[in-house]
Amino acid sequence: MSLGKLLERILQLLPVLLGVSLIVFAMMALTPGDPVQIMIGDQSVTPEQEAALRRDLGLDRPIHERFFLFVTDAVRGDFGESFYHRRPVADVIAERLPATIELSLVALIVALATAIPLGVLAAIRKNSVLDRLATVGSLLGVSLPGFWFGILLMMLFAVHLQILPVSGRIGYSSEIVPITGFLLVDTLLRGNLSAFWDALSHIILPAITLGLPMTAILMRVTRTSMLEVLRQDYVTFAEAKGLSRRRVLFRHALKNALIPTVSVAAIETGSLLGGNMIVETVFGWPGLGRLVVESIFLRNYPLVQAAVLFYAVTYVLLNFAADLLYTALNPRVKL
Amino acid sequence: MSQPLLDVRGLRTVFETRAGTVCAVDGVDVSVQRGECLGIVGESGSGKSVTFASVMGLVKSPGRIEAGTILLDGCDLRGLTPKQMRAVRGKDIAMTMQDALTALNPALTVGEQIAEVFDAHDDTLPRRGAARARAIRDKSAEMLGLVGIPSAESRLRQYPHEFSGGMRQRIMIAIALACRPKLLIADEPTTALDVTIQAQVLELITEIRARLGMSVVLITHDLGVVAEHCDRVMVMYAGQVVEEGPTAEVIAQPQHPYTRGLLASIPRPALRGQPIQPIEGQVPDLIGLPPQCRFYSRCPLHRDACLAPVAMRSAGPNRRVRCILSGEPVE
Amino acid sequence: MSAPPAPALLVPEAPQKAESIFHRNLATFAANRLAMASAVVVVLFVLMAVLAPFVAPHDPNETDLFRRMQPPAWLPGGEWSYALGCDALGRDILSRIIYGARISIFIGTAVILVATSIGILAGLASGYLRGWVDVVISRIVDILLGFPYLIFAIGLMAMMGPGLWNIILALAYKEWVIPCRVVRGETLVTRELEYVEAARALGASHWHIMLREILPNILSPVIVVSTIRMAHVIILEASLSFLGLGVQPPTASWGSMVADGRAFILEAWWVSTFPGLAILLLVLAINVASQGLRDAFDPRFQE
Repeated sequence: MSLGKLLERILQLLPVLLGVSLIVFAMMALTPGDPVQIMIGDQSVTPEQEAALRRDLGLDRPIHERFFLFVTDAVRGDFGESFYHRRPVADVIAERLPATIELSLVALIVALATAIPLGVLAAIRKNSVLDRLATVGSLLGVSLPGFWFGILLMMLFAVHLQILPVSGRIGYSSEIVPITGFLLVDTLLRGNLSAFWDALSHIILPAITLGLPMTAILMRVTRTSMLEVLRQDYVTFAEAKGLSRRRVLFRHALKNALIPTVSVAAIETGSLLGGNMIVETVFGWPGLGRLVVESIFLRNYPLVQAAVLFYAVTYVLLNFAADLLYTALNPRVKL
Repeated sequence: MSQPLLDVRGLRTVFETRAGTVCAVDGVDVSVQRGECLGIVGESGSGKSVTFASVMGLVKSPGRIEAGTILLDGCDLRGLTPKQMRAVRGKDIAMTMQDALTALNPALTVGEQIAEVFDAHDDTLPRRGAARARAIRDKSAEMLGLVGIPSAESRLRQYPHEFSGGMRQRIMIAIALACRPKLLIADEPTTALDVTIQAQVLELITEIRARLGMSVVLITHDLGVVAEHCDRVMVMYAGQVVEEGPTAEVIAQPQHPYTRGLLASIPRPALRGQPIQPIEGQVPDLIGLPPQCRFYSRCPLHRDACLAPVAMRSAGPNRRVRCILSGEPVE
Repeated sequence: MSAPPAPALLVPEAPQKAESIFHRNLATFAANRLAMASAVVVVLFVLMAVLAPFVAPHDPNETDLFRRMQPPAWLPGGEWSYALGCDALGRDILSRIIYGARISIFIGTAVILVATSIGILAGLASGYLRGWVDVVISRIVDILLGFPYLIFAIGLMAMMGPGLWNIILALAYKEWVIPCRVVRGETLVTRELEYVEAARALGASHWHIMLREILPNILSPVIVVSTIRMAHVIILEASLSFLGLGVQPPTASWGSMVADGRAFILEAWWVSTFPGLAILLLVLAINVASQGLRDAFDPRFQE
């Protein structure tokens, strides 16, 4: 894709991002209740102090100015101060972000690693027992409420069988000095194998729960796509050439069959962002999702606002990347 | 007569569908001599493509070969293991398909797709490494050149969609002929092309055939193509062979009413001014066919005696026809 | 076989055509036993919800501290009049599940109805009128699509506070873009067809064309999509309730029931399990039935 076209597409993103910011801003600006009152809480303050606070927060300005400030501040990474933590919101979010990203990534990997082989096998052995089981599993996967499934897993593995921990990210006994913030990576980098297993055993249940709907969808997409590809003339022609089964499968069929899978995966990754609020709450995972939920109850609006904006922007960028990916993978779609 | 290169007897291929069992190929005998070009003519549903898909072992569920022997150079193809059959495909028998655009993998370069054939079948190549890659590349370029694609070396790196329709067809032929097969099955090689390209492609096939001494089966619904390029012709209808013989004879004196109908429905300069006569009616449903002449409902000459199964009859040396009104029964 | 008559010779009677196709599709759906069975399950749930006061053995909010965490009937300590056991406040779980169905089904239906209505109007306007209407609506759709579902809903709930109507609004806010997209796509195709041109030539107003000519013929895919989305919405509502952002206590919502039982999964697994099972069954039934609906009604799936 030429640079010009790429820039053009990026430019098309901007109005969307702006619109998203507008909505997030509107959400918070229209929240009933006075933020200043909430901040003051039960303390007694003089009217002058209250006015000063209002000025500080910029709440005395007209609304369009506030929006402008909101956007410009956001771009610079300034989201104000968290009521609850008494620290810049951006810092609080940055602190909890790696946990969420790590969980999402592991969920994604689990989903892909399960869905693709299952989907391919289901297509090759169409209507076999495996295929039917996969179809049922896929249906269950999109019908199971994530929070319930997580609790069930917890009950089975943590409480009943006691082979996996109940919650949290890592046991108290493991001491790690973070490098990247990704525990799985850090423990390996430090050669601390027992800590690695500890971290892994903590992440596995939440990751499976988070990745379940995605696995179900991807399996179906892969299966359908594979079936479609196997019917194509070029697969028959490849067989007519006398190529080995493996070669026909991997070189001809799979390459083309996986294109829809990858695109859908890229798009669905965005939905992982929503899902991790639930999963983090269920498993007590110290990530951004749980932070957002807690903040809502604490009425910590600056943080909620920043987090929602962050999620939305990430989602838009992910979809954009998915678009690019699809174009790049498809040799016939030229831009 | 020397032993035919391809000898198919009593081939029966069926497809299980929800509506019933479709008998796509019913008791078909085909033989192809070395170096000859056999034309297979029939409309859609006649079983012409399925016959040769069966020969190649490419019939997949819900279809299966129910009966018949398939001998290639005396070797029983049906008795081969899948692995052995894969060694035959692409090397001894090769096939081209109707639409080169869909037959070529859009995600692989042309060079890769030719190279695969060499990689799978050519034992004369260096074992591995850069020498092997280079040898394959050279041979691939040579094949492209053989089919008349200029600047072959550089074009190996291009994708199928970067070529024109006629060139894609040539590429497909190049792939099929890479390992110098004994038999080429060309399934509707000209249907997807316009007239001028059609002629070029057919010329190419004829020329290579002469050079390599290869046998060719031309599957088509176009009698004109058959008339020009095929030594013998076989006419198929509703899963059966209804007439076969040397092309010139069959066209000059068709024995089966269907063949006559086909010839009569072709516009020809000699018949200018006269209305074209299509064959009335439709091909019968292939599910649950009654045991009678399948052309009965459309035949202008049908009579009660046709309501029984009709076997192939001899209508001269090398001529056979499936109609009680012609020829003599074969013992 | 002779060629089909040229399009100019065809005089399609559009509404009638839609009806006979409808009947044929309905028959196809009826023949699909699994889908029919699922549809029956859905109907049973709806009946259960509507007839809750008559079906439920106890008052869902009646607390009985003697029965705190009583096990289900088949376990020691349980009794059949409290078949699925009791929660931490001694309330009958079965009754709460039955009443909980009201919440899930009501919210699910309301959201889908609101969203589909808005979506149809917006999609028709956008697809048929094109021009600036299309640009504006498409922009809004793009922006709304830029939010992950739950985030948007949570953001709105945080803003509006919990409550039944707030949930419906919060979910509908994002949901309408889906039928809107479907309708817009179908409208773009349909507006090019002959009978629409004919109506235009006869001087019909835009409204007439949109509502009387185009709409009846694009309803099939819209209905199919809406039923599929219903399942999503029910899970979303349950998720919101689970987080505490949905209907507030003491109203029984399946999601909040699961949340209540979370603290007791060691001693009283039934408190969380059965409400979740109810969600699973209803959603599964809706998914299977709507798949069957899609297979029967969507022209793309008809071979």
